[in-house]
Amino acid sequence: MVRELRFIAIVGVAALLGLVACSPTQPTRAVVKEDSKRQHAPDFALKDANGKLVHLADYKGKVVLLDFWATWCGPCVIEIPWFTEFQRKYKDRGFEVVGVSMDDDGWKSINPFVHQKKINYRIVLGDDTTGDLYGGLEALPTTFVIDRNGRIAAVHVGLASRKDFEDAIEKLLQAPAGLPDRINSGSAD
Amino acid sequence: MPTLKVRKGSVAAVTLRAVLPPGFHANSNTPTDEYLIPLTLKWTGGPLQVDGITYPKGSLEKYPFSAKPLSVVTGEFSVSTKFKVPADAANGAAAQNGTLKYQACNDRMCFAPKSVPVTVTLEIE
Repeated sequence: MVRELRFIAIVGVAALLGLVACSPTQPTRAVVKEDSKRQHAPDFALKDANGKLVHLADYKGKVVLLDFWATWCGPCVIEIPWFTEFQRKYKDRGFEVVGVSMDDDGWKSINPFVHQKKINYRIVLGDDTTGDLYGGLEALPTTFVIDRNGRIAAVHVGLASRKDFEDAIEKLLQAPAGLPDRINSGSAD
Repeated sequence: MPTLKVRKGSVAAVTLRAVLPPGFHANSNTPTDEYLIPLTLKWTGGPLQVDGITYPKGSLEKYPFSAKPLSVVTGEFSVSTKFKVPADAANGAAAQNGTLKYQACNDRMCFAPKSVPVTVTLEIE
């Protein structure tokens, strides 16, 4: 773990304020987990731009790329055109992207950004509770690839490679939904 | 915590010195994109009157995730504030409070904006 910003002095007072936070520094490169090692993705109820409540359970039977992002996150912005292309390319095969924005000032920032970037997938406004359910979100982007049975097959923390995402999506789309559909409210690892 | 002694009717200066670890950067107070969160110091309470804040000059740095260079601070940097001490300030101990807001990234990921409390202990005479 590496600290972010640290005060080293206030001149005139010469005090160390000790403001720190522990943060990961290396992106996590996710491999698609074996079937038996996948945990169920926690369900959530978050609002989209129209004020409609969106649940992960609404996507039962589909492969879902669940992306936690923010307008102020440069690496997140790099990935968005990839996700827009994935939505277009794979939608008819039972795939959906859901973007969870962690912008504190909400739709005021998100709406013009979505319009500017021509995002074609659903965006919902996230909150700390949902972030905690998904492991605490120490950094953005954090992206989960969820199989047709609602289980987390892959996790990416930080800017990932387009190929890694696409390989995971293709693999999961080829696998049929075979297990009892169950999305619980437990935490993701 | 050491105390800053100030005289009524005079001026005072406080400099916050901070450091980011290698590989990290934070947006300067004048980021190059409207969506980026600027480095911002706000003094929220206390007897001193703010007479100007000087931020570090951002350096333009290119990162893999950005099409254009970003105005950032890295390593050690300082934010300075000039204060006026009111002539009618009460003698004795006091505190000047504020928050420093910053948002940091490395070259692959970004971290939530943070607002860090700042307190300067004063002795007014």
